[in-house]
Amino acid sequence: MSDTLLKLRYRYWPDHLLGEILSKRWTETAIPVFVLIVVALVFSRAIPGFLAPASLGDTARQFGEIGFVTFGMALVILVGGIDLSVGSMFALTNFCALFCLNILNWPVPLVIVATLVAGALLGAVNGILIGYLRLRAFITTLITLIIYRALYDILILEHSNQIAAAFPDTPLWNFMGGGDVFGVPSDALLYAALAIFGHIFLTRLRPGWHISAIGGSRRSAYNSGIPVRSVIARCYVASGVLTAIGALFFAARLGTVGGDIGTGLEVTVLTAAILGGISLGGGKGSVVKAMVGTLIVLLITNGLTTLSAPGGVTRMVLATILVLAAVIDIRWLKNRHRIISKVYVSPTYHGMPALPSTAADSGTPFAQNDRLRRATAIGVGRIEAPEDVILDRNDYLYAGSRQGDIIRFFPPDYERMEVYAHIGGSPLGMAFDRKDNLYVCVGGMGLYRITPDRHVEKATDETNRSLTSVTDDSRLRLADDLDIADDGRIFFSEATVRYEMHEWPVDGLEARGNGRIICYDPATKTTHTALKGLKFPNGICIAKNGQSLFFAETWGCTVKRYWFAGPKKGQVETVLDNLPGYPDNINLASDGNYWLAMVGMRCPALDLAWRMPGFRRRMAKRLPVDEWLFPNINTGCVIKFDDEGRVLDSLWDLGGVNHPMITSMREHRGHLYLGGILNNRIGRYALPDADPTFVQYDVRWGKQH
Amino acid sequence: MMKIRLSQQVIVFILFVVLFVGFSAFLPGFFRSNNLLTLLQNVAILGILGLAMSIVVIGRGVDLSLVASLSVPAGLVLQMVQYGHSVPAALAAGLALALAFGLVNGWLIAYADVPSLFTTLASGLFLAGLGQVAFFKIDVVQWSAALDGLAVIGRGTLFGIPTPVIMFGLASLAVALFLKSTRLGAYIYAMGDNPNAARVGGVPVRPLIVLQYVLAALIGAFAGLVLAASINSMPTRIFNSTLIYDVILVVVLGGIGLSGGRGGVLNTIVGTLLIGTMLNAMTILNLSYSAQNLVKGLVLLVAILADSFVNPRNEETAQQGDI
Repeated sequence: MSDTLLKLRYRYWPDHLLGEILSKRWTETAIPVFVLIVVALVFSRAIPGFLAPASLGDTARQFGEIGFVTFGMALVILVGGIDLSVGSMFALTNFCALFCLNILNWPVPLVIVATLVAGALLGAVNGILIGYLRLRAFITTLITLIIYRALYDILILEHSNQIAAAFPDTPLWNFMGGGDVFGVPSDALLYAALAIFGHIFLTRLRPGWHISAIGGSRRSAYNSGIPVRSVIARCYVASGVLTAIGALFFAARLGTVGGDIGTGLEVTVLTAAILGGISLGGGKGSVVKAMVGTLIVLLITNGLTTLSAPGGVTRMVLATILVLAAVIDIRWLKNRHRIISKVYVSPTYHGMPALPSTAADSGTPFAQNDRLRRATAIGVGRIEAPEDVILDRNDYLYAGSRQGDIIRFFPPDYERMEVYAHIGGSPLGMAFDRKDNLYVCVGGMGLYRITPDRHVEKATDETNRSLTSVTDDSRLRLADDLDIADDGRIFFSEATVRYEMHEWPVDGLEARGNGRIICYDPATKTTHTALKGLKFPNGICIAKNGQSLFFAETWGCTVKRYWFAGPKKGQVETVLDNLPGYPDNINLASDGNYWLAMVGMRCPALDLAWRMPGFRRRMAKRLPVDEWLFPNINTGCVIKFDDEGRVLDSLWDLGGVNHPMITSMREHRGHLYLGGILNNRIGRYALPDADPTFVQYDVRWGKQH
Repeated sequence: MMKIRLSQQVIVFILFVVLFVGFSAFLPGFFRSNNLLTLLQNVAILGILGLAMSIVVIGRGVDLSLVASLSVPAGLVLQMVQYGHSVPAALAAGLALALAFGLVNGWLIAYADVPSLFTTLASGLFLAGLGQVAFFKIDVVQWSAALDGLAVIGRGTLFGIPTPVIMFGLASLAVALFLKSTRLGAYIYAMGDNPNAARVGGVPVRPLIVLQYVLAALIGAFAGLVLAASINSMPTRIFNSTLIYDVILVVVLGGIGLSGGRGGVLNTIVGTLLIGTMLNAMTILNLSYSAQNLVKGLVLLVAILADSFVNPRNEETAQQGDI
């Protein structure tokens, strides 16, 4: 009863989603957005009319002014610095605009240009000091803060009366200060345009990427040829210009040069940037984050002002938010990977029938023996990780290697070897097509093809994205084994979409149906997913009838048959169930049956653990990876089965002395060739009663000369 | 490379002597015993704050909240006594506030890994806001008669020397002893030199960072009491002034590199004398507050530039996010 409940709970409750959602980059923006919604709700409850259109229009106008400054700050933080002088620059450029307009009586366009240039110059001082002279950003901009402020104080002492006396009345200036388009304030329009440009700039354009790269790691950016100093300097100039834009709108709206303009602006803007999730120290941030942060801060300060809180309270609230946001940001950055790795592994219930006996005297076809120990070894110590082996019709022996090569051994003694082709990744399953092309499943890369003249081509590395999955599963992560149907379609398995190749034991610990079978059609060059939700689908072999294929589910300990053509098209039926081990590759045998490699043997401990998801989750959370339960791979075993699912024979290397963990076997001219993904050799076992003329290529594609 | 290595402290001292002699010769009213006493008295507070800052800077940090810990705990003591609380109770409250403030600063920097500049910028704002909102009725808290027993720390003279200066001397002695003669002091130098190496070498880096900020807050509060005693009140708006830049100037000009691990109390004293002389001369020259700030800012900029050439940042031990 409780077992059934457990089964249902793990069958229908999507444990794996939490880790996948947390792995997404957008969750980092989701948190500030959530805070924004909470803040808006709280204030709209406390203050009637807080979110009314009129109030929102005012907020939008201020939002624009502060928003430009936040953009500048965000840019500078993104490149790994900080700009505390924005408040003083704001005051100075505000003064510059009003001075040019009210006292010099310049036309508005010229005023705008002059103000922007002033902002750029002020920013350039910071930029040269920090970018080229490599001063500390924080302390330097703190100093320019007081220098600029002192300048401002001296200037307004002389000119404030003149500025206050003049009332410029030009349409453009008035539009900047108070105009709107369909109720959207003028500065908010420009802000939106700039935000779109900024987003494209940071995510799609090379200079934007340079900025993030420098913020992420200054030294690496330098080593990869990015002009670090000038990019940094230009960021500060940009900060100055953006501040000047904000100041222009401010000047147009209020037209005053009061003593406290821009004081404390740097803290507001800094809070906005950090709160939005732009990481202090650089490298991580986006336009959306800057916008969300600005909105939150603006709502809070406006709300507190409306509630007529004393200035000290606003100060305290801002300081608290600033530190809290910084702490959360820093802790999150530091522990993100740890948190994700803790919650990512989400074991599920996987009940299996009682383990069938494999004892030597059990009388079953699985009875243990040591026949495989007699196998001779090919290429000992010269080849690493031959996951699959295949022979062509000229008796050459091919195997993949850990280094991403396809190695070829020469007949008849297979002593001499050469690198046939280099693909990269981890070459796994292999198959020849009708035209002698060697198709290879490459872990981490996809499906590749080596033409007879040794040319490496990509066949496919993506399939259709499933609509319901959180992670993008369109890319192939672990293409494992393949076979080619008579019509040329290639069916291959992808063992898991949730883990990388070297993490395959973790997928076993999870025992969830993460794998799929994918079909690639060379005729149309299209790829689609045929079956999904499989427990580590591994070996694939087209059945003799040509309308179906056998596939092994490693963690399911089953072999199933999938009909891809004929009257039963689309159906899946179980062929072998409750195997004593974990099945791997399947290949043809000379007597019309099928060979099946066992990558490892089941043991009661893992079987029991598979029925206890909670236990495995605790294990995954509390123990280091190398202390987790691991499937037994110290035994070598190959079995033979027929179309009806009867096991006929089994060959063992019981202690795994010569050939443990056999992942593939291929029959060729009376011998069985054995591959193993962790082995340093290829086995060659003489089959006593096999057809000595059997060549898989000829059986599959007919004899050719 | 120079053959004769002039340490920065010597250069600054020579600079101070030159300035002092120059001002004495050309600035009427500078070299008068009255003015010199004022100079010393003004400089004393700056010097005590400089001591607090130097402890932090030697350990590769910065404390921008020093002015807040100068004004708020001392202001709290004054305010409580005004309200009629007993002096010990008021002192205990002020001490507790400074202690708690230092602990929070230190915890945020050491355990939450927030950069020190950033933490202290925000925490200073917070403490100043707290004082404004919760403690003080008006911006200037008056010295009550009940506190007069304590006034000796800042009022009057001893052997002709103003007591604030004596307090500065005592504090210098204590800090010098701490830095040079105790194991903790040596640890702080090691930590400032290379935090990772210190950690590997078994130095309890995080508790030490907390200790630094606690010490800084306590010294700051002490400076606040001395200031309040000497001017008979605590102007809490001092937080909005540029005093903190003067303190940084003292430390950087004195030769305590911002990259940590270098310098000592002597540097602070020399820096204090130089800055004090400069400020005093500017006051006599009747420069406006803004103009003074401008000059200070430019001098500070030059000092930081020089510092970055004399003590370049160590890229090996600089941390990501160290801004």
